[in-house]
Amino acid sequence: MLLISCPHCGPRAEIEFAYGHEAHIARPTDQEKLTDAEWADYLFMRKNPKGVHYERWVHARGCRRWFNVARHTVTHEILAVYRMGDPPPALDR
Amino acid sequence: MAISSRYSIISLARNALNYHRDWQVAWRSPEPKPDYDVIIVGGGGHGLATAYYLAKEHGITNVAVIEKGWLGGGNTGRNTTVVRSNYLWDESAHLYEHSLKLWEGLSQDLNFNTMFSQRGLMSLAHNTHELREINRRVNANRLNGIDSEVLTVEQVKAYCPILNCDPKSRYPVMGASLQRRGGIARHDAVAWGYARAADARGIDIIQNCEVTGFRIENGRVRGVETTRGFIGAKKVGCVVAGHASVVAGMAGFRLPIESHPLQALVSEPIKPVLHTVVMSSAVHVYLSQSDKGEIVMGAGIDAFNSYAQRGSPFVVEHLLNALLELFPTFSRLKLMREWGGIVDTCPDASPIIGRTPVEGIYFNCGWGTGGFKATPGSGWVMAYTIANDRPHRLNEPFALDRFVNGYLIDEHGAAGVAH
Repeated sequence: MLLISCPHCGPRAEIEFAYGHEAHIARPTDQEKLTDAEWADYLFMRKNPKGVHYERWVHARGCRRWFNVARHTVTHEILAVYRMGDPPPALDR
Repeated sequence: MAISSRYSIISLARNALNYHRDWQVAWRSPEPKPDYDVIIVGGGGHGLATAYYLAKEHGITNVAVIEKGWLGGGNTGRNTTVVRSNYLWDESAHLYEHSLKLWEGLSQDLNFNTMFSQRGLMSLAHNTHELREINRRVNANRLNGIDSEVLTVEQVKAYCPILNCDPKSRYPVMGASLQRRGGIARHDAVAWGYARAADARGIDIIQNCEVTGFRIENGRVRGVETTRGFIGAKKVGCVVAGHASVVAGMAGFRLPIESHPLQALVSEPIKPVLHTVVMSSAVHVYLSQSDKGEIVMGAGIDAFNSYAQRGSPFVVEHLLNALLELFPTFSRLKLMREWGGIVDTCPDASPIIGRTPVEGIYFNCGWGTGGFKATPGSGWVMAYTIANDRPHRLNEPFALDRFVNGYLIDEHGAAGVAH
């Protein structure tokens, strides 16, 4: 079980949270110009890295606020927790 | 050069009289050749089946299967071995039913006992909506010529007496669908049987050899870089399940796939109490009793992306809570092993089988939580696709470009485990 540090409530067990999948996927702004392939890329294609994954979580059974997490997908180690809207932190791994 | 002699009651008797000293190895472990017509990346059931059908159906035997670990060490050896074909949409129903028909003759075809047991598979409905969905799916199955029937609560109780059908229970059973031709098989035997049969037709199986990259020239694949050096190939089929995104990244394109842990567990062996497969999508439990007597159980996926082959304990706790509501008789059962596999989930819970943006590279992935049942059919259509450089009509709808043209095949209802 992951121990996730909610930026508002502190460290809590994973069961209190819900997963929001890959972070930093911006909705395209020039939508009328987008091709089907570009829509597919935005809607469906994912990085799914074996390594550091930047992802969203929500403290669903707590403060109900969203935040971002940088987590390693092999060790499950949480490397950073940062606010929605902040850029992904530079990590030296 | 084939080395394996046929298995039969005569060979068994002969070897028994000789204290089993003369059994030959089931497949060779050759050094990789400098190049092949086809390389299959991934030595699980689907990859080995692809290699076997390339040789059997298309006469292509200059083929290598490259596996980074050992055969069937990934999801092939980690699943709960359920085989069925009761999917909702025509595209899926045809593909999974083709697979089920291959299962029905597989042990004879491979000359290897896969212990395929058509003991029936019952899917429970716990509320009115599910009951309606089950009726709809059963009707869809029957229109596609797939055996499927709806059971009333009384019939469910008669079919599986140890199931708790009390209307006041937490998950009341309101009915079920039953596919009598569904069942289970021995997962290791499927990998070994395909490996042995492919080897007998001259295919090289190369274990402990990890693919680290592709050599691509002018948009066409020339071979693969591996931990044992470069191996040339005219065509490369990638059948790597949970690592599909990683291998696609080496070839320079992205997939609509997320990798998640899927956990399963077995109990201590007990005397026969459960003669069928029971699954409940609503409470995330599916179970059967193996021939050794263990109760084999599977959970829902862990929510987060992972390549770690382990998940969180509360997911298993959730499964066991549901299990004991449905089967109170298992409350004293001791658990023996628990493990996780990495499943490649697709947004529409259907696989991706076909060509890719790189000429000569083919992908077969996205089976998510339900790939084992499709092993023979998946290998069969993949072999066709590689041999002819175009999909068979059975896997044409499952092309990668369905995410561009919007022709998704939504099987979340029939997939059994939420994605």
